[in-house]
Amino acid sequence: MVESSGRTKGKLRWSKLYSFSCFRATTGDVQELIGQPGFSRVVFGNEPQLHKTKPFKYTNNYVSTTKYNVVTFLPIALFEQFRRVANLYFLLTACLSVVNLAPYSPSSLIAPLVFVVGISMLKEAVEDWQRFLQDLSVNNRSVKTHLGNGIFVDKLWKELCVGDVVRVSKDEYFPSDLLLLSSSYEDGVCYVETMNLDGETSLKIKRCLETTLGVNEEKEFTRFKASIRCEDPNPNLYTFVGNLEFENRSYPLCPAQVLLRDSKLRNTDYIYGVVIFSGHDTKAVRNSTRSPSKRSRIERKMDYIIYLLFSILVLISFISSIGSALVLKYDMVKWWYLHLQNDDRYFNPSNPVVSAILQFIRALILYGYLIPISLYVSIEVVKVLQAMLINKDIEMYDEVTCKSVKARTSNLNEELGQVEMILSDKTGTLTCNQMEFRKCSIAGISYGGDINEVDLAASRRMNADVEAYRFSVHDSDTTSQSYEMFEFSVADINAQKAAPGGHEDMAIPILENSKISNVRKETFIKGFNFRDDRLLNKNWIHKSNSNDMTMFFRVMALCHTGIPVEDDHTDKLKYEAESPEEVAFLIASQEFGFQFCRRAQSTMVLKEVDPSSGKEMEREYKLLNLLEFSSSRKRMSVIVSDEDGQIFLLCKGADSIIFSRLGENGRSYQQETTSHLSSYAEDGLRTLAFAYRKLEEGEYQHWNLIFTKAKTTVGPQREELLEKASEMIEKDLILLGVAAVEDKLQKGVPECIDKLAQAGLKIWLLTGDKKETAINIGFACSLLRQDIKQFDISMSKEVESNNQLQAMKAEVLEKIGSSYQLMCEESNKDSPFSLVIDGKALEIALRNDVKDQFLQLAVNCASVICCRVSPKQKALITRLVKKYTGKTTLAIGDGANDVGMIQEADIGVGISGMEGMQAVMASDFSLPQFRFLERLLIVHGHWCYKRISKMVLYFVYKNIAFGLTLFYYELYTSFSGEVLYDDWYMVMFNVMLTSLPVISLGVFEQDVSSDLCLQLLTANLLHSAMQQFPALYRQGQKNVYFSWSRIIGWILNGVVASLVIFLSNIYILSPTAFRENGQVSDIAHLGAITYTCIIWTVNCQMALVITHFTWIQHLFIWGSILLWYTFLFLYGALPPDYSHRTFHLLLEAVGPAPLYWMVTLLVVIVSLLPYFLHIAIQRSFFPMDDHVIQEMKYYRKDVTENQIWLREQHNSQIMTQIGFSARVDARVQAFRGQLHQRKILIQRSVTNSPIYK
Amino acid sequence: MEVEGGSRSAGAGEDRTIPIQSGQPMAFFQFTQQNLPACKPVLTPAWVITACLLMGFIFIPIGLVTLRASHSVIEIVDQYDTECVPEVHKYMKAPIYIYYQLDNYYQNHRRNQIPNVVGFCLCICFDSKLTPRYLPESNHGLPIVPCGLIAWSFFNDTFKFIRERTELMVNRKNIAWKSDRDHKFGKQVYPFNFQNGTFTGGGSLDPSIPLSDQEDLIVWMRTAALPSFRKLYGRIEEDLDEGDLLEVHVMNNYNTYSFGGKKKLVLSTLSWLGGKNDFPGLAYVFIGCSSIIISIVFMLLHVKNPRAYGETAYLSWNRKSISG
Repeated sequence: MVESSGRTKGKLRWSKLYSFSCFRATTGDVQELIGQPGFSRVVFGNEPQLHKTKPFKYTNNYVSTTKYNVVTFLPIALFEQFRRVANLYFLLTACLSVVNLAPYSPSSLIAPLVFVVGISMLKEAVEDWQRFLQDLSVNNRSVKTHLGNGIFVDKLWKELCVGDVVRVSKDEYFPSDLLLLSSSYEDGVCYVETMNLDGETSLKIKRCLETTLGVNEEKEFTRFKASIRCEDPNPNLYTFVGNLEFENRSYPLCPAQVLLRDSKLRNTDYIYGVVIFSGHDTKAVRNSTRSPSKRSRIERKMDYIIYLLFSILVLISFISSIGSALVLKYDMVKWWYLHLQNDDRYFNPSNPVVSAILQFIRALILYGYLIPISLYVSIEVVKVLQAMLINKDIEMYDEVTCKSVKARTSNLNEELGQVEMILSDKTGTLTCNQMEFRKCSIAGISYGGDINEVDLAASRRMNADVEAYRFSVHDSDTTSQSYEMFEFSVADINAQKAAPGGHEDMAIPILENSKISNVRKETFIKGFNFRDDRLLNKNWIHKSNSNDMTMFFRVMALCHTGIPVEDDHTDKLKYEAESPEEVAFLIASQEFGFQFCRRAQSTMVLKEVDPSSGKEMEREYKLLNLLEFSSSRKRMSVIVSDEDGQIFLLCKGADSIIFSRLGENGRSYQQETTSHLSSYAEDGLRTLAFAYRKLEEGEYQHWNLIFTKAKTTVGPQREELLEKASEMIEKDLILLGVAAVEDKLQKGVPECIDKLAQAGLKIWLLTGDKKETAINIGFACSLLRQDIKQFDISMSKEVESNNQLQAMKAEVLEKIGSSYQLMCEESNKDSPFSLVIDGKALEIALRNDVKDQFLQLAVNCASVICCRVSPKQKALITRLVKKYTGKTTLAIGDGANDVGMIQEADIGVGISGMEGMQAVMASDFSLPQFRFLERLLIVHGHWCYKRISKMVLYFVYKNIAFGLTLFYYELYTSFSGEVLYDDWYMVMFNVMLTSLPVISLGVFEQDVSSDLCLQLLTANLLHSAMQQFPALYRQGQKNVYFSWSRIIGWILNGVVASLVIFLSNIYILSPTAFRENGQVSDIAHLGAITYTCIIWTVNCQMALVITHFTWIQHLFIWGSILLWYTFLFLYGALPPDYSHRTFHLLLEAVGPAPLYWMVTLLVVIVSLLPYFLHIAIQRSFFPMDDHVIQEMKYYRKDVTENQIWLREQHNSQIMTQIGFSARVDARVQAFRGQLHQRKILIQRSVTNSPIYK
Repeated sequence: MEVEGGSRSAGAGEDRTIPIQSGQPMAFFQFTQQNLPACKPVLTPAWVITACLLMGFIFIPIGLVTLRASHSVIEIVDQYDTECVPEVHKYMKAPIYIYYQLDNYYQNHRRNQIPNVVGFCLCICFDSKLTPRYLPESNHGLPIVPCGLIAWSFFNDTFKFIRERTELMVNRKNIAWKSDRDHKFGKQVYPFNFQNGTFTGGGSLDPSIPLSDQEDLIVWMRTAALPSFRKLYGRIEEDLDEGDLLEVHVMNNYNTYSFGGKKKLVLSTLSWLGGKNDFPGLAYVFIGCSSIIISIVFMLLHVKNPRAYGETAYLSWNRKSISG
């Protein structure tokens, strides 16, 4: 085993393993472009010093993703801030206050503005700083770079420049776009993982030019010189045009020689490459777009509210100014006591127009309290606190990676509560990019199949119903079927009980998953999740058909391109292969006793168990030919001869391909295998069929001649000849069975998708991966199921190869059209549809003239899967979906290929579990695992949505209730602009007296709490009521809490409150004495009393709005009111020079007057009465979901009436079409249908029988 | 979701304890988990009905008491031009407060307030920087005490009350706020240079009496909130009988005719609540009655059309399936 270490690999000539060349020779025509505009780049390989001067000076390798730098921060950030209308307005007022036009002092206007803008800018700065730090860590990675004379030293990424020769080692990222010169393999190939670029999991093979093969030692680079002429920087990942001038000869280059930044070297010890594009010129960076600043829907709508308030403001200012001018012109001149002179700009009787304009400006500022400036501050504060609470949530803490959810921008918290569409990446997001061997069917017998989860859940639910069902069925009709069904479910239950830690009670609802037991396995083998004692521990050798088994395992162990790697700890080997699925097969075969232990140039050594003796022995197989896997062939074969000289063709491939190539004698298991296949596929497992064929020596020799001839052919017909040759030999196969691997989903993904589906979210899967894989995952995540009608839009081969736009468009359109027609026809049946589309077709479908039809179809499908999509397409789909549906979209992904989509979506979520950071950097929220999305959206999103919307509405109310009283008072002062309140009251209003309760609302309000559910019978369930009723989430999607009717309602509420407050005060306090000592109230008293009423009213209104009181809310609400009295007392206690009119106001004048307190009580009650009645009526007669659930909680129905609680949970789930529960529903329906039919049948037979008659 | 239930529940217990053990107080942990003990009131019909009834039962008595207090007040309002003969139509118990009332007079006009130094100016009124621009006149740069437009437009009608040829004593002390007398209007500040220019506004002051003792000025200086206002003039400290005819000798100095303002004289007794004003009492009774009616209507509606609270049939998904 020593020789099978890494070194062995290096000596292999991989090119010989592959009989098909991976790359076609580049055609000559594009080469002519070099030197033309767009193809003018010249790179002097290994001579970076030449790139220090123009015209060959290119950008360095420093990559920055920050929005600002030190210089641009201030102007750009300020510009961003003043794009908010309200801020602009306040800036204007601040300017006016400086020129002495405002009714308030400049500082009281400028300070809040600076505060608001400052906080927002600080937030921006901190966020950008984090981005900068992230950039720094990327830019400071080091790479071995050629310094000269064959010496390689570590150099930071950012210092790298074009022309440098670098050495990249295994599992390192490429620092920039490199031209591959040579690799650790003799034939100059290397393996590259491009997951970050396109999401594809399988490794890509890159190959250097033959001429540079030799320069694979450090000392070779002393004299190495080459110049490269190539295309200019562009974002196209899959093309590259250029040529290499080396030793006075020119060689064409193709994408196969280019290693792109953000991809990773795999399975190769090291490579040498020369930097051709650096920094912002690299294709990966060119592909990324600047992260846009996002604003939430509520905030955008808030702008309209601000506009509305602003128009009210302008209107009343206008009324004030006109009124003022009229009074000035006709009445005021007569008022001798005002002693009007021409010196006063505001009241200049000789020029009322100017006075009116000045009054207008003054009024604009005076009534500025209508525009809630503190709203922005409060929202910023609240959002930061909300983000903090989200970050701290322990339910979203991943113990494995020790990471928690991070809200990277707090701007979008409430947007989380309105998401309607999720666009998800597959690899790394839903799956962990790890294959597990799960099941196999050998010779018509299925192994490793624990009971299908869906069946289990369905039977469990049936079980609950069966009791009732049995009684409903006539005694005599107790059919065998229903009995059987009952037995079946009982058996499950027993099995479940027997499982370690299985649930004792049976009241666990719908979702129950047998996976639990898998998690608890004592010994866990990575990539192997298979439990069946019939096959493990060599038990299979006792089976009768052990011959088939042996062949099956041999195919598994021999038909691949993997290589073993030593594992130090055990005698088990680890494997590396092109695709993770092959690794899973190799591990599985090792577990079954067929350890693949060495690969030499043309031999493969297996350590296999001999079924007859049960002993292990090493066997060497000669690898004669290898017919490589390709996506068009969908199969792979090896031809081997064993030690006895028998020649076998071992073949694995897609079932349809294999089945069509079976010989007459090879179909003995086909029927059983097919049924197993479909059940595996339903579970989302990826299946491969295994078959073999025994070859006669002569036949092989004959074929080998043809094959070798085809292989050596040069020219376009080579492919065709090879294809024909392989067709000749891959026939008359004997089917062995199928093996199923699971593209392992991340923990909790199906359940999470299920809940999200119940919450009314649509989930689209966008993946760069193959269609088959995507569909498998679709099944595994329950996005697809067998009984969903699936539309498949992809290009047919002929059309694709012709590459004619018109034909492609016609085909895609035709497919979309027919699908849509079908959908329309069946729409009344309520049956869901799903859509699978691949990248090529998508490219057409997203063209301007087709996209509407496409989106119309896609949006109506329950689930959509797009495969083979490029990062740009992902972003494009996101944008179009967002635009077309107008719904809030959330994109989730983990790799650099998802960055575009993450940035484009309303909310971008990055998975932080994997090593790549690009997605996280671009995201608004980062999650360690996909499953946390559920809690993030359904609990936190819903809360934040409700909180922010309630908060905004309350703010509007509060400021209207206060601001309008200022206006009403104007009517009583001949529009002179006098203010009823002291300046300090006004400052205090938004800053101290009403701000904290709002913030407590914004941070702590919970309509339905996330209390752990106290269900006695299901003590295992630790889920919040919110998560139990994901349907509550739909309130956010329908935007129930921030609809215009609500906004108008709150505005009216504010108007009513302001009228009640002002009028009652006027009528009660004037003109008679308000105390027993005969004093009448003056402006100071009226102001203080009115203001007291406002403070009480708005704070009590808050108490009515809040449904969730902790001590904090109580403290803030009642504390604010108390604070007002304290303030009034302290302010009045100041010397009269400071307190002006308020001097001794509370203690001497207002406090002892009983009327003061009576007014307060009356006004508070009357102004809150309309709202109180509204909520009382709404709750009593038109309750909403959250009301009912609150009530259920209130009466503790969740404890006393468990059944109802569970039933409701179930009912709330019924409406979904995708997801696990929907699958279970479908299955239950099917069962019921069968049962019913059987019942009818029996009934009929009974009633028809002569005995009955 | 429940799939994880088993494993989560086992692990969750540990999760929960970790942060607490690491030194955070329990309350803080509950805070970050948004799990603080909370009271979650639900507005059930019982609550609504109780609240309304309670409100009714509190408001109606308050209203009745208030109304009674208001009715116990006897008030005579008489507009005067040259002469004024108010008749006492009901027995008025001393002290009887005398007010003068001005209508359509904008003391609250902003121009009055612009140098907002009413109190300030009167105490330390020798800072000439504060005064010049808004003073009606400043004689040769000398400061004026008291300053400001309000002082300048000082109300200067005087009243003399004669009942059956005997003059009633009018007490004009203690009509201003104590704090004004003690703190705002300086005891050492005397009127100076006041109303002695070419253009005279309102009344003048006796320069020998300190401002703190000029209570009618102090009362006047308190800016009225509304264009129609009363100000305390003095008190009659004798009872007035029903049918008494009062002869009021008015020194009609103050010019309200130029702008159509009205002057009124008000004689009023007071209750514990103040002057005669039925509005608060009526409002209280009205609101009290309304809330009782509301509670009854609500009760009836609830009896006729009861909704079982926490009844699941009202959940949207159930309703949908019923209607659909």
